[in-house]
Amino acid sequence: MSEATQVQPDYNYKVVRQFTVMTVIWGIVGMSIGLLIATQLFAPALNFDIPYLTYSRLRPLHTNSVIFAFGGCALFATSYYVVQRTSQVRLFSDKLAAFTFWGWQAVIVLAAITLPLGMTSSKEYAELEWPIDILITLVWVAYIINFFGTMIIRKTSHIYVANWFFGAFMLTVAVLHIGNSMAIPVSFTKSYSLYAGAVDAMMQWWYGHNAVGFFLTAGFLGMMYYFVPKQAGRPVYSYRLSIIHFWALISLYIWAGPHHLHYTALPDWTQSLGMVMSIILFVPSWGGMINGIMTLSGAWHKLRTDPVLRFLIVSLSFYGMSTFEGPMMAIKTVNALSHYTDWTIGHVHSGALGWVAMVSIGSVYHLVPILFGQPKMYSTSLVNVHFWLATIGVVLYIVAMWMSGVLQGLMWRAVNADGTLTYSFVESLEASKPFYVLRAIGGAFVVAGMLIMAFNCYKTIRAPKTADVKTSSVAATA
Amino acid sequence: MDQGIIGSIFTVIVFVAFIGVVYWAFTSRNKERFDEAANLVFADEEKDQTNKKNQES
Repeated sequence: MSEATQVQPDYNYKVVRQFTVMTVIWGIVGMSIGLLIATQLFAPALNFDIPYLTYSRLRPLHTNSVIFAFGGCALFATSYYVVQRTSQVRLFSDKLAAFTFWGWQAVIVLAAITLPLGMTSSKEYAELEWPIDILITLVWVAYIINFFGTMIIRKTSHIYVANWFFGAFMLTVAVLHIGNSMAIPVSFTKSYSLYAGAVDAMMQWWYGHNAVGFFLTAGFLGMMYYFVPKQAGRPVYSYRLSIIHFWALISLYIWAGPHHLHYTALPDWTQSLGMVMSIILFVPSWGGMINGIMTLSGAWHKLRTDPVLRFLIVSLSFYGMSTFEGPMMAIKTVNALSHYTDWTIGHVHSGALGWVAMVSIGSVYHLVPILFGQPKMYSTSLVNVHFWLATIGVVLYIVAMWMSGVLQGLMWRAVNADGTLTYSFVESLEASKPFYVLRAIGGAFVVAGMLIMAFNCYKTIRAPKTADVKTSSVAATA
Repeated sequence: MDQGIIGSIFTVIVFVAFIGVVYWAFTSRNKERFDEAANLVFADEEKDQTNKKNQES
């Protein structure tokens, strides 16, 4: 592997290194904030009576930092890496690459300042106010130009399937972001949505669900289609299936948003359409998962010795689990029980921590030695420790939320013979408390794993260079 | 044309397009190029380390 980098085209690894390092750092930040607010739910005193540390302000900071800072940096790093290596050409523009890096970091820092101050458009996963939205748009357009520009000047005749997924993710996120963020500014820090009432809700969840579908799924599937075959040392199980996977996934996902608005003011037919499309979505999701896992067919023994591969394959198992759970929860009668309960939180985290985080972590462990001219990570056994911390943490988390969620759903819907509610809301909250403690323990496992990862990456980056990678000058600065 | 007709036409178009994608993916004429594409993941290292590849299995 390390020898290979010498004769290859002169790839731009600098921007990949920068984004890779920031993936680890923002991962720790975002997940730690998550851990803090998880503990606040059973120990509210931990907001220290400081307005900036209240749950309501830190929660959007947590979601923004794990999705857009941690996940976003992982997507930038891997897409820039994969597009260069599968196109066998250097990035279209180094200047645009640097602009996307520094622009994206500026967006993250601005989010970390404005959200605790209470500046928010109050749209979930799109809380940032309009000046930041404009900066995001500029960075994103630069990203698209750079990525597609690189594909246009490629030296290979085919566009590898991972790049199709990355490309779809970028284009769709641009449309979603611009569509949903349309707002009328009333001051520099306050704006109101252009849409009103049920239309606003529909726009929001058209955006919100496709943030899941394209940001957190299509982009990370691109990652999967490169790093799983690469780490396993064999091509993807079926390239033909990957083509059908791609077209089916991108044409179905966009319709599933209404399942976030079951039993609301949204027209009934729209809810039913959203439900049906969500159920159909199960098929391409599992097609992709099977394609990824079956890539290991005939090489299963590698799982025993390679914790990086284990991260990637277990991430696919969690992907399969959550893409079975999601369509099920989108069924209106199931949703009547699950909606607004912790079950939803459990579902999101089985996707976010199990799928998105694990596939990113596996990819980062694959990338760090290559980018910094090392034969392998500083410690493979620490990678293994991280794997088990992450797996146990996620399982504790989602099991706690399943139990808490179903309990809440049952308690909220219980009625006495005379039609009054059996339980008050506070009673259900009290019943959830032990599960909140369990969830926080799971979260602590995940954060501990990330800290070990940071240590392992630091030691790998700082280790004396064994391979003479020519572009190593900025290695340690990012 | 009311909404029902437009919706029906759209459904048929999407269905035909999907059949087209499936045909395109599975026709034996494309097998070779897809096999080649699937190996793009390894193509840029094979250029200079054909020997190493053999040892790795």
